[in-house]
Amino acid sequence: MSIEIEHVNKRFGHFVAVDNVSLSLPAGQLTALLGPSGSGKTTLLRIIAGLEHADSGRIRFHGEDATDVHVSRRGVGFVFQHYALFKHMTVFDNVAYGLTVKPRRLRPGKAEIRRRVMELLELVQLDWTAHRLPSQLSGGQRQRIALARALAVEPKVLLLDEPFGALDAQVRAELRRWLRRLHDDIHLTTVFVTHDQEEALEVSDRIVVMNQGRVEQEGTPEAVYDHPVNPFVFSFLGQVNLFHARVQDGQARIGDLALPMAAPDHQPEGDGLAYVRPHDIEILAEDDGQGALAAVIQGITVVGPTARLELKVAGGKDLIHAELPKTQLAPLGLSPGMKTWVRPVNSRVFVGHRNQNPPVAEPALHPRD
Amino acid sequence: MQLWTIRPRALRVKGVLPGFGLTMGTTLLFISLVVLLPLSALLIQAASLSPGEFWRIISSERAVATYKLTLSSALIASIFNVFFGLLLAWILTRYQFPGRSLLDAIVDLPFALPTAVAGLSLAFLFTSHGWIGQYLEPMGIQVAYTQLGIIAAMAFTSAPFVIRSVQPVLEDMEPELEEAAAILGASPWQIFQGIILPTIMPALLAGFSLALARSLGEFGAIIFIAGNMPFETEITALLIMIRLEEYNYAGAAAIASVVLAAALVMLLIINLLQGRIYRARSDS
Ligand SMILES: Nc1ncnc2c1ncn2[C@@H]1O[C@H](COP(=O)(O)OP(=O)(O)O)[C@@H](O)[C@H]1O
Ligand SMILES: [Mg+2]
Repeated sequence: MSIEIEHVNKRFGHFVAVDNVSLSLPAGQLTALLGPSGSGKTTLLRIIAGLEHADSGRIRFHGEDATDVHVSRRGVGFVFQHYALFKHMTVFDNVAYGLTVKPRRLRPGKAEIRRRVMELLELVQLDWTAHRLPSQLSGGQRQRIALARALAVEPKVLLLDEPFGALDAQVRAELRRWLRRLHDDIHLTTVFVTHDQEEALEVSDRIVVMNQGRVEQEGTPEAVYDHPVNPFVFSFLGQVNLFHARVQDGQARIGDLALPMAAPDHQPEGDGLAYVRPHDIEILAEDDGQGALAAVIQGITVVGPTARLELKVAGGKDLIHAELPKTQLAPLGLSPGMKTWVRPVNSRVFVGHRNQNPPVAEPALHPRD
Repeated sequence: MQLWTIRPRALRVKGVLPGFGLTMGTTLLFISLVVLLPLSALLIQAASLSPGEFWRIISSERAVATYKLTLSSALIASIFNVFFGLLLAWILTRYQFPGRSLLDAIVDLPFALPTAVAGLSLAFLFTSHGWIGQYLEPMGIQVAYTQLGIIAAMAFTSAPFVIRSVQPVLEDMEPELEEAAAILGASPWQIFQGIILPTIMPALLAGFSLALARSLGEFGAIIFIAGNMPFETEITALLIMIRLEEYNYAGAAAIASVVLAAALVMLLIINLLQGRIYRARSDS
């Protein structure tokens, strides 16, 4: 069931939490609401669920107006960041809750409830915990129970608010892959909130990037990552290096160095900032005469298969960051203190940002929170 | 019930903080001085009676009438306070309204007021010419000098217990729990009785038992509003007082030991109940 969000606004006092958001979330897809902390993701999700009332705007499920439908009748499933399991009930009773509170004429029989609950517990691979209390489960298990509980009432849409936010890195990575597989099985229209761009890129069919209550960009993970529409999206989706650049006659330059550009069409002319991802910087041991910036290696860190280099470009203030496969270190003979040449092989220039503070002064290593 | 996951609590005594011996020793000394010593004095007094005499005193018709009156009044007052206290705690935690902090402060008044003052004010309110009494009397409801008056005095002096036990638990409840239940289709009433009530149950029981204990022991507030008629409106504490005034110390002690035993048994039962609830949801 598709979700249409039309011109939704929400203020808390004078603070604008959601600022005229319009979105259309296609049926059966897994959409990520991605943005830094405080960007209004949770508020928007809660408005979709009916937990929060928009000041203006409409919410439609499959074309049907749900704006004024009470939360208990909206037919959504909701998973909270901190599980919100009922502590005094067993896992079984938690999952059964949505069925047991149905009015008598709609309530399935005891045996049927039992069958459905066990089926869901098997789906989340936790049927052996049925008689335990939530406090006897790990964080990852609790969140899977919370998901099973949400699915028990056969919701039309599933909403998850930072479902893996409280879990440690490994469980998190495991669970999000599991969520993706689960979604491929049940194909429920799903919206999940995250501030982790890696999570959004890995799991979702669509990404909606939010900032300060507004939608900055939406699209497939690939489109959003490869063609960010503005500096915010570019720097939020991964690490970046910033260079002062100039666009003239359809060609961007850093000093004298001509830049290949990801989207050369429609590029306005003038001064701006070139955004280059660390893995889009080529390192040359020798100047090959095709244009490159001289730089000195300040440090090399090897993280698993990847080598991360910090370099200082001649005449530049900030360090730039480059990434390459570890196996290329030896052939190039790279070591700290060495003079090398760097060449951006891919970049995006945003004109008009030169005189402002760069959106990120340092390459953003962890653009989270 | 998962009995095998319950770790025995006694094993946790040895913690990271030193000083167990000192703190435990001091505590035991104080308990002995403040609680055990007076109690044993009481029992020794009572023991000066022969078993036959003891039994005759505590089972005398007049004494039994006071037990019944005291116990039933205390139970009714405490049950009333469970509802009233929950309501007030609910209002104080869930709503913002002008005068909220004032109301919050007034809640403790029954604790701060000398109980005699409370009894006097209640008597003024409920006598046939009192502010409330003058309207109740024509309706045939007599509060002053009846069991109703006793219940009112007990309820008044023990009201803060339930409110103050429940309030912090209500404040700490995650709103997400109620939201989760609402999304799953639960009605407000289903949320209240299925989610909120079980969460505050231990606190409610604690408040109930404290209120009950206080009501059983209340004296000052009651004698002003109860008629203090033997067999009718005489509470056990008053009978003890009367025996004391007759210099019948052994008789007073005998009746007092019944009150003591009853209070102990009741607190024990409630503690067991609470323990069962807490254990059923051992927080990790
Ligand atoms: N109930 C509320 N009252 C006041 N301010 C709120 C409330 N809920 C959220 N906000 C504010 O709205 C902004 C957006 O919040 P939220 O939607 O939770 O952001 P996100 O989920 O993206 O981190 C935050 O600055 C937050 O402080
Ligand atoms: Mg949030």
